[in-house]
Amino acid sequence: MSQLKEAILSTTSGGNKAFIPYIMAGDGGLEKLQPTILKLQELGVTAIEVGIPFTDPVADGPTIERAGERALANGTTLRKVIETLTSFADKIQVPLVAMTYLNPILAYGVEKFAEDAKLAGIRGVIIPDMPLEEREIVHPALKANHIALVQLVSLTSTSERIERLTKASEGFIYAVTVNGITGARSSFASELEEHFKKIQEYTDTPVLAGFGISTPEHVKSFSDFCSGVIVGSKIVDSLVADDWATIEELVKASKVTAVK
Amino acid sequence: MSQVAIKNGYYGEFGGSFVPEDLQQVLQYIGEQYEKYKNDPEFNEELDYYLREYAGRENPLYLAENLTKQLGGAKIYLKREDLNHTGSHKINNVLGQILLAKRMGVKRVIAETGAGQHGVATATACAMFGMECTIYMGAKDTKRQALNVFRMELLGAKVVAVDKGQGLLKEAVDEAFADLVANYKNTFYLIGSAVGPTPYPEMVEHFQSIISKESRAQHLEKEGKLPTAVVAAVGGGSNAAGAFAHYKEDKEVRLIGVEPAGAATLSKGSPAVFHGFKSFVLQDEEGNLLETSSIAAGLDYQGVGPLHAHLHSTGRGEYVTVTNEEVLEAFQTLSRVEGIIPALESSHAVAYALKLAPTLSPEDSIIVNVSGRGDKDVEQVFEMLNK
Amino acid sequence: MTTEVKGRFGRFGGQFVPETLMTALQELEEAYEHFKNDDSFQQELHYYLKNYVGRETPLYFAERLTEACGGAKIYLKREDLNHTGAHKINNALGQALLAKRMGKKKIVAETGAGQHGVATATACALLNLECIVYMGAEDVKRQALNVFRMELLGTKVVAVEKGSATLKDAVNEALRHWVTHIDDTHYILGSALGPHPFPTIVRDFQRVIGDETKAQILEIENRLPNAIVACVGGGSNSIGMFYPFVQDTDVALYGVEAAGQGIETGKHAAAIQGGQTGVLHGAFMYLLQDENGFITEAHSISAGLDYPGVGPEHCHLHETGRATFDSVTDEEALEGVKLLCRTEGILPALESSHAVYYASKLAKTMSPDEILVICLSGRGDKDVHTISAALGGDLA
Repeated sequence: MSQLKEAILSTTSGGNKAFIPYIMAGDGGLEKLQPTILKLQELGVTAIEVGIPFTDPVADGPTIERAGERALANGTTLRKVIETLTSFADKIQVPLVAMTYLNPILAYGVEKFAEDAKLAGIRGVIIPDMPLEEREIVHPALKANHIALVQLVSLTSTSERIERLTKASEGFIYAVTVNGITGARSSFASELEEHFKKIQEYTDTPVLAGFGISTPEHVKSFSDFCSGVIVGSKIVDSLVADDWATIEELVKASKVTAVK
Repeated sequence: MSQVAIKNGYYGEFGGSFVPEDLQQVLQYIGEQYEKYKNDPEFNEELDYYLREYAGRENPLYLAENLTKQLGGAKIYLKREDLNHTGSHKINNVLGQILLAKRMGVKRVIAETGAGQHGVATATACAMFGMECTIYMGAKDTKRQALNVFRMELLGAKVVAVDKGQGLLKEAVDEAFADLVANYKNTFYLIGSAVGPTPYPEMVEHFQSIISKESRAQHLEKEGKLPTAVVAAVGGGSNAAGAFAHYKEDKEVRLIGVEPAGAATLSKGSPAVFHGFKSFVLQDEEGNLLETSSIAAGLDYQGVGPLHAHLHSTGRGEYVTVTNEEVLEAFQTLSRVEGIIPALESSHAVAYALKLAPTLSPEDSIIVNVSGRGDKDVEQVFEMLNK
Repeated sequence: MTTEVKGRFGRFGGQFVPETLMTALQELEEAYEHFKNDDSFQQELHYYLKNYVGRETPLYFAERLTEACGGAKIYLKREDLNHTGAHKINNALGQALLAKRMGKKKIVAETGAGQHGVATATACALLNLECIVYMGAEDVKRQALNVFRMELLGTKVVAVEKGSATLKDAVNEALRHWVTHIDDTHYILGSALGPHPFPTIVRDFQRVIGDETKAQILEIENRLPNAIVACVGGGSNSIGMFYPFVQDTDVALYGVEAAGQGIETGKHAAAIQGGQTGVLHGAFMYLLQDENGFITEAHSISAGLDYPGVGPEHCHLHETGRATFDSVTDEEALEGVKLLCRTEGILPALESSHAVYYASKLAKTMSPDEILVICLSGRGDKDVHTISAALGGDLA
């Protein structure tokens, strides 16, 4: 079992729900990466999704896209993010999940990336522009380095695809909760619960909800029918505002539910 | 076809050649040469070749289904002269005259131009045939139309800015005739509209008649009958002359020429001799020319081809006017409804068709001559609409 | 030569898109496979190509250009005579009809300088489809008249302020829009790029260029040409021209990329000549990128070639050696403009001028009994301002 899946299962087995915050590496400067990760870790998050900026982030909504632009302007690259993470890898206790578009990995070299990522504490990878059909490009190298390749499942995926995606996904299943791109949404479709049930049918790998989760209420409502949540845009905004109270509220919501 | 109406250079009482004797002789020579070649199979074969391979003919007679539905009356067909090389019907005549010039053995072609369209078309054909080309243009016009001057130069033409009088089209025409008289042995003057002294109006009508030759056959093929009406814009009148030519004997086909309200030569003018020929002219009681104002540079002319004066006075042709506002509306309507941006000149014909179609029945059909594309006018319309 | 396995051309192509789009792409692929063999669809397309676009376009023997170059006999495929002035309408119309058959009422598209946007807006006006076009904010400023044209045609133009605010950012936004409006919207991609099945669809709607050319040259010359030259940005006019000739291995195919200010300066748009393989906008292809895999900006005097990638089928034709790719600088392309204007009275688009210049050099190396065809993809009316500024009024 991957270290990532293990971390999530150990959270949920304790009655809590998994909480994975998304941060954009290099937003506000790479020197912020260490304190941010360590502080999130202290708050008791399950894992941390570390976004790598890209020039053409087609799957991202406005908040994360702007964060990416700021990070690029700071000179952030995949190479520098890995170097920075490696410099304090001994202090990282939660699994890191890198979220990066495919091209920077190809430019880095797939094998080299997998080896270096492992040393940097990266235990999972999400590649939003690489569908299941193309996964063999990176999967062997990641597997060799015990890095889980997380698949996204969308609301538009057909049943047949959902089955294949969930069976293939490692670490956890990233269930996209809206039709579209990342970003905060004000409401959720009622058929979501049905969707999650369908996904969970095929696997014992935990299913996490992502895209558009921005309030403690969202966190709680999703916790009723999945193993946890990924919160992106709201975390990114809060970090820019240095608003740790909001982040703490969100993390707490994943635990409060369990206590309830 | 056109022979019916034309006798000794006259359309009924209109036309003729009112020019100085030295020029008269040159024109007579051109007339003879034109008569010699216009029915020459080899000449026509060559002309057909260039019309087909270079200008891209035949162009479609397109059923404007959306527009027809929206107006709920007659079927509207668009004759797509806008798809020709250089973007309008002008190339038909330019190719014809330049081939004539080539047969006559001259190596040099001259032309006048106002806004630049005819100059560009002439420079185009000269480049293709390797002819030396001089374009006369009023000095003021060269400044207003610097980009068209650049185009002509790019095509290898020499553009002469005529800095006399008002520095407009009229001075350019005078200068071109002076050049012709001085250099007629090796020079051909290529006139772009169905105006001027004999033999130009007839020659232009003849070379433009390809429009109705095609549209008549196309309409017969699509509908099994002739159209109810043919609608075309009229300034000097070359596209209308060509659009009407093959229907002149089909009395049941209404021929409708559309003038700008601000340059309504036939509706508001009276007969006079002007620019070397007799036709209708916008003038006051004293015979002074009146100012014209049309948003379409190509229709902004005080005179009109003698053919149209004749069709008007005999009643064979109907001549109507549309306002600038109606033209702008038609420009936008055709763009939005059919995805075709018409020239402002052609938008006059469209504007009238928008009014006419609903008054007719679905069994009727109208051919609208889309004489040119509107790319050249987009900037002007943009400015007018954003004021 | 060109084989397709799951949307691959050799190792190029693929479907590198977010999972949200996968189902839509599958639906598109199925619909396309169905309608491509549907007689009534093909008849309708043919009707509009003939009566609205004005096809077929001539294959014109350029006698004076041939003389001026002094070598192979040169023919021009006159896509400049199409409605809206370029080959773009072939694809826009085909895809708009496809969308209509699929029951989609809305269209989204990207545009750089505005040519594909105008073509798409035109097809949507004709077929009563609602249309949104994304355009980089920089391009909106530079091409205000094309924005107005699209608006005249009833299209909504959205300026994209992100990234470099040019074509690739417009593609990003159009993709995002599509992802969020998948139910009722079709994305009309303008070049032979993007995820499968787009490169195939665009190529199939553009192959009318090559099909006509083949029939015409056989009729005129009773044999195939020795060489065909076309410009390559994304590569839609060139793949449309090349495709029907790929199996005819005696016909040499030349793709001409935009070398901008020179490949050595880094300011160019020649993805095959000066890029490396990578993934962008859904496909594995040659790309302009830095050592971090970040996409770098393309530079060309011709807006239509100003894109950092190149269609996957071209990448494959390059790798297999079936087609030869070379490049022509801004300055050389301007020479191509002057040459064709002076010899033939045809003002070519700056894109097409790359092909004209290259062909003029190539023709000289060929013998008079050989035949060369140039794909004249568009007319240059839209470029007169740019050409005038670049030449500084100096036409000597």
